[in-house]
Amino acid sequence: MIRRLAGGLPALGLGLVLLGIWELYVRVGPVDPLILPAPSAIAAALVSDRALLWSNLTVTAGEVLPGIALAALLATALAAAIHFSVLLRRAVYPLLVASQAIPLVLLTPLLIAWLGFGLLPKLAIIALVCFFPILVATLDALAAVEPDLLKLMSTLGASRWQTFVRVEAPSALPGLFSGARVGVVFALIGAFFAEWSGASAGLGVLAEQAIPQLETARAGAAVTLLAALAVVLFALLTLAERRLVPWGARA
Amino acid sequence: MQTRLEPPGRGALGPGPRRVRSAVRLEGVARSFARPGAPPLPALERITLEVAAGEIVAVVGPSGAGKTTLLELVCRLQAPDAGTLRADPAALMPQRDLLLPWLDALDNAGLALRLAGRSRADARRIAAPTLAALGLAGFEGRRPPELSGGMRQRVAFARTVLSGRPVLCLDEPFGALDAITRMELQAWLEAVLLAQPRTVLLVTHDVEEAIVLADRVLVLSPRPGRILAELAVAAPRPRSRTDPFLVDLREQALEALR
Repeated sequence: MIRRLAGGLPALGLGLVLLGIWELYVRVGPVDPLILPAPSAIAAALVSDRALLWSNLTVTAGEVLPGIALAALLATALAAAIHFSVLLRRAVYPLLVASQAIPLVLLTPLLIAWLGFGLLPKLAIIALVCFFPILVATLDALAAVEPDLLKLMSTLGASRWQTFVRVEAPSALPGLFSGARVGVVFALIGAFFAEWSGASAGLGVLAEQAIPQLETARAGAAVTLLAALAVVLFALLTLAERRLVPWGARA
Repeated sequence: MQTRLEPPGRGALGPGPRRVRSAVRLEGVARSFARPGAPPLPALERITLEVAAGEIVAVVGPSGAGKTTLLELVCRLQAPDAGTLRADPAALMPQRDLLLPWLDALDNAGLALRLAGRSRADARRIAAPTLAALGLAGFEGRRPPELSGGMRQRVAFARTVLSGRPVLCLDEPFGALDAITRMELQAWLEAVLLAQPRTVLLVTHDVEEAIVLADRVLVLSPRPGRILAELAVAAPRPRSRTDPFLVDLREQALEALR
């Protein structure tokens, strides 16, 4: 445990140095603190606005968690289907790649106009942005199963489906997790932007409202919490993987 | 120079006029692999061999002689380009153990039973005595990374045996192990097969291993593999590596390989 904490020291040290430079720049530099709040101001906002920040953080987390779960579910199902059907891979994969190039700024207002200001468009956007990394990582892991292992299964009398369930699916779990870890970051950006574009609560709404009121420290506090949420979700996924995939490379 | 095979049933098991049913029979089998932009690469040529039920036949040859291809043909993982092949259902034990890391030793050993539709409890119950007979009692709950290389090979052997297939195809089963463990497992396999005879097709590049374990040794040429020589190992078991007769046979086999 102590060793693990010690492993975080370099990141902590570098973070403190960067914060120090930032603080110094705001204090003695030419920049207006209303445009760029100092870390100390953001820290103060984190304390003074904690009730407001917390209630909005729970809203964002409540969108991101089911969003990622939905994306993982859909991506896994599609990965399995694509893995089984070359035709489906040829039909769907290029379209999926192309769909990832559609700018979020264009899609988000459309989805909000279509699905309303509630949870639904956020779920759709989050699932959309983190679906792809999960799909690609899972597909790659499915394709990376050792051919010799597949041969062995066939000599043991396994059907195609049995080979999938007993060998390919467990082998693909580490891929699913690495895709989800990348997806977490995308999901948070997606959620923030979706809230920014039209919502009644959430860290994105808080930031969007704070800036015209020149409460930039509060916006900074909202972004800080978003970043913290990313780190926490990332760590939770790593922990879950250690539990569920003890045979994985990172074990 | 190619040594012709003796007619089926004679020489195969050494003494005894009894004609034994053949478990594996290849006649004039050839196999080559397609290469893009090049003529096909022949892996095996004119292979004629027969393994009697209950017989242990070793195939030795240099790397690339098509030994693994031969086993995959017998296990129906590939089809021959020419010739005829008839084989009882065969199970493959690969060089690397290929145990599933998310299953413990007992579940790995009983994998084929699960695939045949047995419940997990049933499979474990049936597999347990086999694993214990292979000296792995007490290690049933260990996962493959917690087992030594020799133990993993024994679990893989149990998995092969528990497939219930009458023919065991062993592909360099001890090739990935250190010399001491390899010798231990060779003695162990000899004892297991003595107690419970099986039809075995053993592929190895270790001539000594072939002679210690097999009733008959086939020497394969470099690519494309052809049968260069056939040596009957009519020595009583358990065998000693220093038996002058076996030492002499080993020299003959090495001579044929040269």
